[in-house]
Parts: sequence; structure tokens; C-alpha cells
Amino acid sequence: MSKFLTTYKTKLQNYWSLTKSLQTGLLLTTGVAGFMSARCPFLNWTTVLQVAGSLFLAVSGSTILNMWYDRDIDAKMHRTCARPFPTGEVKPIEGLILGAIISAIGVGWALSMDLLYGSIVFAGLFFDVVVYTLWLKRRTAWSIIWGGISGGMPILAGRAFGLGYVDWIGILLSLAILFWIPTHILTFSMRYRKDYQRAGIPTFPSTYGDAFTIRLIAASSVLVAIAITASAIGLGLTFGFLRLLAVLSFGLILLAFSSIIKPSERLNFGLFKYASLFMLSTMLVLIAQAI
Amino acid sequence: MKKMTILDRILLLITGLLAAYLIIAGIDGFSTVPIIAFTIAFGILLVAGLLLIILGFSVLESPIVVILSTIIPLSLSLGLVWEYFPAWKIGYLVFALVGLTAVIITRTSTKGKGAVITLATVHGVAGVLITFVPFILSINGTTSGRFAFVGVGGALIGIGGLLLAFLKTGKPILSKERILSVLPALLLLMTLAYVIGFG
Repeated sequence: MSKFLTTYKTKLQNYWSLTKSLQTGLLLTTGVAGFMSARCPFLNWTTVLQVAGSLFLAVSGSTILNMWYDRDIDAKMHRTCARPFPTGEVKPIEGLILGAIISAIGVGWALSMDLLYGSIVFAGLFFDVVVYTLWLKRRTAWSIIWGGISGGMPILAGRAFGLGYVDWIGILLSLAILFWIPTHILTFSMRYRKDYQRAGIPTFPSTYGDAFTIRLIAASSVLVAIAITASAIGLGLTFGFLRLLAVLSFGLILLAFSSIIKPSERLNFGLFKYASLFMLSTMLVLIAQAI
Repeated sequence: MKKMTILDRILLLITGLLAAYLIIAGIDGFSTVPIIAFTIAFGILLVAGLLLIILGFSVLESPIVVILSTIIPLSLSLGLVWEYFPAWKIGYLVFALVGLTAVIITRTSTKGKGAVITLATVHGVAGVLITFVPFILSINGTTSGRFAFVGVGGALIGIGGLLLAFLKTGKPILSKERILSVLPALLLLMTLAYVIGFG
């Protein structure tokens, strides 16, 4: 019995690590923030939990499918070689079935809640798994744009669910995520450059060099700040929340431009971490102003 | 360099949250320029706190720290003067801008005795204002009694500034390890004093 429980627990832990809980959690937060930003009249915690649950399953499912497809390159990279697929802790067919079932439940749940909401959630999954991972990731460094578009779908879906239609603020918010993705992924691909080279994945640092990549990160940081600020003004955020967003955006831009002036590994890592904190804080601001 | 402990990170996180609260709601009662000035001060505190959490105490070795740590007392003092001493507001704004420019220029070029004197003058004036003005205002009844806590916050900024400044000059009052040990708690107490004082 004890052995059975231990095996079961290990299996669950392996499945959990396939979901990339931090990344999934951040995307889920954007979806909830998008929904709550609509300040819709039927806002209640049951609906919020439904949004969170359906997004969690859809995002986790697509992440598992990505990991299943990328198991060969994960095995070549130091950073990812200990993941459950390369180590054999989860068999490929088992992961494929798990990912497909969780994705189907997530998208199905979303569609049952609202057709528009479900369609956008499905689009996010399609862009992420089919366009980004299966088609473009191994061919071009520009694939991150599709990763970014996919990353912007949860917030667009959440807001569209709250409103019943897609509005310009929802599009701006998803653009903010799209612009944020380069800050996040490009700093990451600079940090683990050798890993990506070993796996043969084209990245901006390896294709266009560090100087171009750092400038691109700075430009996208400015665009994130502009998109977030414009969305916040459109949402009618109070002056206090706008001040906080301005401060957080200033920090992001300051770090991005500091990395142009004096590039370093440490600064790059700081920018990577700060960008994640920035996005989380921004989403919490959107949630807080709606409560 | 001292390694940042979990407790240090928790204290800095609470400091960041309090600074965020001050930016969102804690300074709403003031007029526009003081709100902008206080936002700059607490904004720098918030971003600096986040960077300390992310990158550790090694952030303090950056030359930009001296400039940013000058902006905090200058902004706070500008906000106070603008709000409570309107006759002096333009004059002090000019002093703040010239003082900050002088600190940036002397820090990035000469770094000699002139840089120390400039820094001491600018910090000194701003430090005296943010420490004593709130006490005077609360004693003479211009503000509520608890506004004196703003002065406590100012005094704590002064202590922190002095510790870091002497450390940078190579003549530390306390050892580097000790200064870095007390810094997160000092920042938290300072921000808490402002929350109470502005509340």
C-alpha cells in the first residue's frame, strides 16, 4: 500500500512538473486579470474560479504537449535534461495522452462557458502548440512572436468573457503580453545561449548577436510600458494605480536601457526576473482595481 | 558581500508593498507636485527593494546608488516644502534640480573632495528638512500629531544614508556586514513611519 502511494505521489509530482506551474500560474493570472478588468455585472468568485480552472487546464495541457514534442531538444540542454520526459520518468505516449486530455477538458470547459471565450482559449492553444512549437520554434528565431501572441490569448479571453465581445483594451492588454514576451524569453535565451546552441534552436542572440537582442529587449520594454499605460488609462484606473504602474514601468525601462549601456550577465538576469515581477504586479493591479 | 537571507527578502518585500500602498493611496491628500515628488521617492524605494530582492546586496555597489539615494530625500523634502511652505517652493525646486545635477556631474566626473562636499550639502539640507519639518508642523498644529512619524521616517533615511555614504567613502561607522544586516529592517521601519505619518 505504502509503495503504491509513493509511486502515485511520484507520478503526480512528475505530472505537476510538466505543467511549468510558475509560467502557467502567471498566464492564468493574466486571464483572471483580463476577466476582472471588465468589471462585469456578473462578477462573482464562482465565475472567477471557472475562468481560472479552464485556463489552468488549457495552459497546462498545451505546456505538456510542448514538452512532449520538445523532449528530444530538452534532453540536449543542461537546463531541461532533468525534466520527466528526457529522464524517462514519464513515457512519451503517457505524456501525449495526458496533455491531449487536459487540453481537451480545458478548451471544452471554456467553450461550455462561452463560445467566444472558448474560441480564444483554443486559439491560444493552437498558436502555442501547432504554430509556435510544432512549426516555427526549430526554424526561426522569430517564432517567439507566435509564442507572444499565444501568451496574450488568456488575458484577451478573460476580458472578452467579461464583456461578451473583444474590445480595443483587450487587444492592447494582449499586445502588452506580446511585447513582454521578448523581454522574458530573450533575456532567458541569452542566459542559456549554449544550451540553445547545443539543441540547435535558433535564437535572437545566436542569429543576430547580443547587441541587437539587447536593443530589441529595450524597445519591447518601452512598448510594454506604453501598452500597459494606455490600457490602464482606457480602463479608467485611479490616479494612484496609474502612478504605481508608471513606477513599475520606469523600473523595467531603466533596467532595459542599463543593459544596453553596460551589458552584463547579472543585469540580464535581473531584467529577466524583474520582467516577470513586473507582469505579475501589473496583473495584480488590474485585479485590485476591480475588487 | 553578505548573502541575503530569507528574512531580509521578506522585510524588503513588505517594504515594497508598503511603498506601493503609499504610491497608490497613501499620498492622495496632497497637491499635484508633492504627489509627483513623493511618487518618485517611494517609487525609487519600491524598485530598489525589488532589485535588492532579485540581485542581492551586490546592487548597492552600483555607482547609480549614490544618485538614486540622493533623489529620495530631495523628492521628499521638495514635496514637503511645496505643500507647507508655498513661498519657498520655486526656490527649493531650483535647489533640488541644481543639487541633483551637481551630484550627478561630480559623481560621474570628478569624484574628489568636490563630490563629497556637494553630496554632503545636498543630502544635509534635504535630510534636515525631512527630519525636522514634520515635527515642527505637527507641534504647531498645522498637521495632525501623527505627521511627526514622517519626521521619524526622515531621520531613518538620514541614518541609512549616513551609513551607506560613510561605507562608500571607505570609513564605515559600522562594518559592512552589520550595515547590510540592518538595512532591510531600517528600510521597512522608514517606510512604515511614512505610512503612519501620511495616514
